Amino acid sequence: MKKLKKIKIKLNGKTKTIVEKSTLYELINNFKIPITKVAIELNKKIVNKKEIKKIKLTTNDKIEIVHFIGGG
Amino acid sequence: MRDKLKVANKRFNSRLIVGTGKYNSMAECAKAVKISGADIVTVAVRRVNISDKKKPLLMDYIDPKKITYLPNTAGCFTSEDALRTLRLAREIGGWKLVKLEVLGDKKNLFPDMVETLKSTEILSKEGFKVMVYCNDDPLMAKKLENVGASAIMPLAAPIGSGLGILNQINIKIIRNQTKLPLIIDAGLGQASDATIAMELGCDGVLVNTAIAKAKKPYDMALAFKNAVIAGRQSYLSGRIDKVLLGRPSSPTKGII
Repeated sequence: MKKLKKIKIKLNGKTKTIVEKSTLYELINNFKIPITKVAIELNKKIVNKKEIKKIKLTTNDKIEIVHFIGGG
Repeated sequence: MRDKLKVANKRFNSRLIVGTGKYNSMAECAKAVKISGADIVTVAVRRVNISDKKKPLLMDYIDPKKITYLPNTAGCFTSEDALRTLRLAREIGGWKLVKLEVLGDKKNLFPDMVETLKSTEILSKEGFKVMVYCNDDPLMAKKLENVGASAIMPLAAPIGSGLGILNQINIKIIRNQTKLPLIIDAGLGQASDATIAMELGCDGVLVNTAIAKAKKPYDMALAFKNAVIAGRQSYLSGRIDKVLLGRPSSPTKGII
């Protein structure tokens, strides 16, 4: 079987190594992030959460996942 | 209750809005919010902690279906950052009612009104209902109104300073010139400051540090709740005129 190629991406400012052609959905699932309570940005563009299964990640993608915390 | 706070065509029972920052724990924050009776809480937008998956979420403690979340742009120093933050906030769950706060100086945390004005206009055009943290300048308040602000939220004093309302005259002038909701945001230190704000004719107050950092946050939350109600009732009741000399309270006729 052909070995899957690994790529580097940035998730919330931290470099992560993932399998090439992983989807955004897989990434979010791996980190057990509650999708209904967050917003996602891919390379500074807001992602429609309904589309994440279709979005394949590529090298150097920058992903930001945010949620609400206490603030004034 | 008939005297409700109206913001962007929504009605709220409480005229006290509380911030959810600076508490020792989320449980403490949630309890203080409950005691305060607030219907609206401000929240910040930040990165999810990807290394600690068990970290508790604010939404687990304060139910956004019961309490209106008002996402803020705390920590943003440019219009670009503020817009990015609020567009993300909207994406989390359809929030359109937002608190815009574009800071201009890291030490005094005063708002950058040029960036704030620009952001208010863009956000309003995008359909956001923008409650705007601003300085206590009647001219700027007017400009914000002209570009579509949903509420004017002038500071009482620098954020977290606890100094109370420093310029009551300006607040009164803003009150007299606008029909928009006027909410004092930032700088209050004790419950009586909230009463003064309400007696000046403000529609509400936004308090965070004064409750969260009080020695007894729960008691202070209750004190602010009562202070806002007292101030509002006092304002609606119509105070007496101020005069320089004494006027006897007992009849002068029939004195022995």
